[in-house]
Amino acid sequence: MNHSISLTVNGVRRDVELEDPRVMLLDVLRERLHLTGTKKGCDRGQCGACTILIDGRRINSCLALAVSHDGADILTIEGVARGDQLHPLQAAFIAHDGLQCGFCTPGQIMSAIGLINEGQAGDDPERIREAMSGNLCRCGAYSGITEAVLDVQQSLLQANQRRSA
Amino acid sequence: MKTFDYVRPASVSDAVAAATQPGAAFLAAGTNLLDLMKGGVTRPNRLVDITRLPGLDAIEPMPDGGLRIGALVRNADLAHDAEFARSFPAVAEALLSGASAQLRNAATVGGNLLQRTRCAYFYDTASACNKREPGSGCDARFGENRLHAVLGWSEACIATHPSDFAVPLVALNATVEIEGKTGRREVALEEFYRLPGDAPERESVLEPGDLIVAVRLAGEARGFATHARYLKVRERTSYAFAVVSAAAALRIEAGTIREARLALGGVAAKPWRARSAEKLLEGRVPDAAAFRRAAEAALADAKPSGDNQFKIELAQRVLVRALTLAAAGTPKRIPALPASPFSSPAGALHDA
Repeated sequence: MNHSISLTVNGVRRDVELEDPRVMLLDVLRERLHLTGTKKGCDRGQCGACTILIDGRRINSCLALAVSHDGADILTIEGVARGDQLHPLQAAFIAHDGLQCGFCTPGQIMSAIGLINEGQAGDDPERIREAMSGNLCRCGAYSGITEAVLDVQQSLLQANQRRSA
Repeated sequence: MKTFDYVRPASVSDAVAAATQPGAAFLAAGTNLLDLMKGGVTRPNRLVDITRLPGLDAIEPMPDGGLRIGALVRNADLAHDAEFARSFPAVAEALLSGASAQLRNAATVGGNLLQRTRCAYFYDTASACNKREPGSGCDARFGENRLHAVLGWSEACIATHPSDFAVPLVALNATVEIEGKTGRREVALEEFYRLPGDAPERESVLEPGDLIVAVRLAGEARGFATHARYLKVRERTSYAFAVVSAAAALRIEAGTIREARLALGGVAAKPWRARSAEKLLEGRVPDAAAFRRAAEAALADAKPSGDNQFKIELAQRVLVRALTLAAAGTPKRIPALPASPFSSPAGALHDA
């Protein structure tokens, strides 16, 4: 039986016809919509390379059945920059060497955006590390990743303080 | 993955009816179920998607001061609900010590309780597993079994229950609201899970079609809020299942323990309530000697199911530490590394 689903991906409505209910959101993004920034690492919810935001919340798209997410508002790595202007986290990952091979980076950045949206970690590096533990980096760029997230988080906190002062 | 029919019923009663047929499974977030299906460990022929069912995603106050938590409330939302975390801090800490932020954002309350064991032989379809394939045997029994059960196990199955959330819930007498073919019923979470015996494939009291609709915590469970902790030893600092964990909740008056609630995780096929240990603590001054005596009582019936003798001593030490932390008082804020014995002061890295 065919299932039609409609998604909003990076602000654009996308209608997808699924011939089979077994398809995960990750495969819809990569194979059907050709948004290959979202990576397939373990495909079992263990590595975080497939992290996307649904309604602003980070999840593993490899363990999200596409048909169950009909109507979802999705943000992927392709949707975070404004034209040539990088998202602050993208810029911070470059500035702090938060990557080496880059395979985990889209998932790391989406996870970090989700982390900041959640508002739980503040600028405590240990809370940031704990909150990023769902994203593995086989190159071991963790210290740069923590610094990048911390940097953006601190800039946001300072901006908020300036606004409220 | 085997293919399946996908249905999305509009009401709880339709969902129950749709899931009554053999081979049907409920789908909530699917963070465990879809993983099992990808590995061919679970092969449902129908998925009944309950994610859009109305009325299952609320946290509601009850007349007795308790809370009714809808089965579709996400783990992260429950843990970060300020009122919930204030009233039931050990439960919030347990939730935040489990899985990753991505999984906690998706995983539901009902799904967490129904997640399957992480026994590697259960996951490996080439191995014998009585839970996956009744009557096929248990390759864990004489295999790699240092993480397996030390309490309540049988020759048929030595797997442990993986949930952190369920451990403090059992300690606090939580109940599960179930909708089935014959209506709604409420079961104590401790009674909800079954020990393996000779039928390890039957893990709970759920019958075909039965749907968990809510978890309830009674008002009296708030009485432990100022002295409640969850402690979890893992093989990694974060994002790992418990080797052994413990929930400890105390009601202390005038320097004396009036009431204690204790449960262990990672030691059995269900969260293990330690009632004999609770009794020993009543009326006692909270000190190391009392905690050690209670911990010994809690593990009195334990026996290794393989290369896991160490878990018996480890469980006692984890219980003593959890009791010590609970007696010291619930922290104002959940530590940076929730439930971790390696937690350090704010701002410091644990490995610095």
